[in-house]
Amino acid sequence: MTTPTPEIEVLPVGSEDDVVRIRQAVRRHAVALGFGLVDQTKLVTAASELARNVLVHGLGGQVRLEPLPVPISGARPGLKPGLRMVFEDQGPGIPDLDRALQEGFTTGNGLGLGLSGSRRLMNEFSVESRLGETRITVIKWKA
Amino acid sequence: MERIPILKLGDCLIISLQIDLHDRLALAMQDDLANMVIETGARGVLIDISGLDMVDSFIGRILGNIATLCRVLDAETVIVGMQPAVAITLVELGVTWDNVRTALNVERGMAFLRLHLDASQAMQTAPEETHDDADAGD
Repeated sequence: MTTPTPEIEVLPVGSEDDVVRIRQAVRRHAVALGFGLVDQTKLVTAASELARNVLVHGLGGQVRLEPLPVPISGARPGLKPGLRMVFEDQGPGIPDLDRALQEGFTTGNGLGLGLSGSRRLMNEFSVESRLGETRITVIKWKA
Repeated sequence: MERIPILKLGDCLIISLQIDLHDRLALAMQDDLANMVIETGARGVLIDISGLDMVDSFIGRILGNIATLCRVLDAETVIVGMQPAVAITLVELGVTWDNVRTALNVERGMAFLRLHLDASQAMQTAPEETHDDADAGD
């Protein structure tokens, strides 16, 4: 784990209005970290997909937004800032992760692009899921 | 409850999305638009999304549904003004919009609808003539 930065932000995912608030918060962080417009849009869109998953499938939860600025001391050359987003819920979990990651697979009423699509929009993507605890962690690095 | 305004211009309906859509609002827009198409007998629908700074799979699906729904109700839909960053993200996300007609801006969208409506009007008069001919043949 990296040390938490002061700008770390935890937001609830309990309603559709929360999803809108999360999009706005992600946009704010992305702008502050210097992401370009396309990458800002990818971050906001992925956040919207994953927050909706938490709301619909996980019965609500929370998202943690962690800006990863380049450390000032001991910086390796080529190191870039990024934004990590961690989506957590205490819902039933994802029973068949391989299928859930397939494009077009859906148990809800969407297009089945939430997980597979947001994975494509991010640089790093990991899922831990079991009954009562699902955590999806994504990172996008600044280009 | 807040609503998205739908404007009527001749035989077309126009919607301009300017605020961050939450899911309920998008669904309400879909219902309102379907009702409005039936009430007004509109033949064309133009949706301007230049004010949207993101379109996720849910909003993408609603817009796709609207196009299909309106076609079933005998109205053609064109979606205009998508921001480049939104277009790039939408394609990467995997939303294909195979049956959604798009145009660069409102002007081109209206020109498309005009052309389409004129063409379909011409088509509607043509079969009647054929029918008359068939009657005459009897």
